[in-house]
Amino acid sequence: MSNPLKILKNGIIDENPTFVQVIGMCPTLAVTTSAINGLGMGLSTMAVLACSNLVISLIRKFVPDEARIPCYVVVIASFVTIVEMLLNAFAPQSLVTALGVYIPLIVVNCIILARAEAFAGKNGPVASLFDGIGNGLGFTFALVLLGCVREFLGSGALFGVTVLPEFFPRTIIMILPPGAFLTLAFLMVIVNKLRSGKKS
Amino acid sequence: MNLFLILLSAIFVHNFVLSQFLGICPFLGVSKKVETATGMGIAVVFVITLASAATWLVHKFILVPAHIEYLYNIAFILIIASLVQLVEMFIKKSSPSLYQALGVYLPLITTNCAVLGVAVNNMNDGYGFIASVVNGIGAAIGFALAIILFAGIRERVAKCNIPKCMEGFPIALVTAGLMAIAFLGFSGML
Repeated sequence: MSNPLKILKNGIIDENPTFVQVIGMCPTLAVTTSAINGLGMGLSTMAVLACSNLVISLIRKFVPDEARIPCYVVVIASFVTIVEMLLNAFAPQSLVTALGVYIPLIVVNCIILARAEAFAGKNGPVASLFDGIGNGLGFTFALVLLGCVREFLGSGALFGVTVLPEFFPRTIIMILPPGAFLTLAFLMVIVNKLRSGKKS
Repeated sequence: MNLFLILLSAIFVHNFVLSQFLGICPFLGVSKKVETATGMGIAVVFVITLASAATWLVHKFILVPAHIEYLYNIAFILIIASLVQLVEMFIKKSSPSLYQALGVYLPLITTNCAVLGVAVNNMNDGYGFIASVVNGIGAAIGFALAIILFAGIRERVAKCNIPKCMEGFPIALVTAGLMAIAFLGFSGML
């Protein structure tokens, strides 16, 4: 597990946070009405995850075991505040509005606390940084995929560019809340099918 | 009347789980049995009501006067975490039977994004104290309603013969999707 590339691949494919670990569902379902929103959310989460993993791994030896969760939460909340301020300053207004309340809610995204507990609290800083980046990329990948499917079916576009001709009917329900549940369900079915095929 | 509208809107129209996607983790995680879902629902109602009152007070009387509103996220999550701890200790002392029933679910609530979501929403919408608490109660009742209904459906689904690759999360998500379609019907109500 010391090889950085192996840790990256582990986060992206073998232990994909969305499809395999099934954690961090709230932003996954909420912001994926378009591919760009998914990308924005994924990258913000990745930034917080990589930074907090690094810091938690550096402080893991000084933090008493009983007080570790509050300490982790404060570290994570600080990075989320930084990311939120950066987004407000530099990201396009439409993206900030679309992500809305889900940016402060990165604090309670279970992916981040789960990785802090399962990996960063036990491993060195470099490995933890790569674990954060790998899981972040896996999460981003899942969000962009979900966003692409929903945007394509729901508004006939990909990354904001219309690709379906006008006369083609749009399935509005795909960009409404039920579409999020259904799309994720069927993507998971496909992933399960592929994984079970690989095993046998 | 206005407060009544806030309450109804939070329970049905903007249902936290099915239209705003807050609190999905416990919604999927502890909904295999109606009993546990009810326990989780009650614990959440309890904590969200207290948390929306506490965060409103802290925002109004500490963060705003000190001009450190940008620290709201750190402040809120700490309030929620300590509140959950307090509630846990209080229930353990005062009512051991309730503690037995809620026990496991209380610590889980800290990472329930619905609690932080209500606090941030109240702040962004500029609700007053009473409106914040009413919004919190409504959101929590909406969560409890959704999780109990969902658990009831899942108990039945568990007895059915479903394809191997749909077992577990996929079938639960399809169920949730169908419930969300039903709740879309409320969106024209207000």
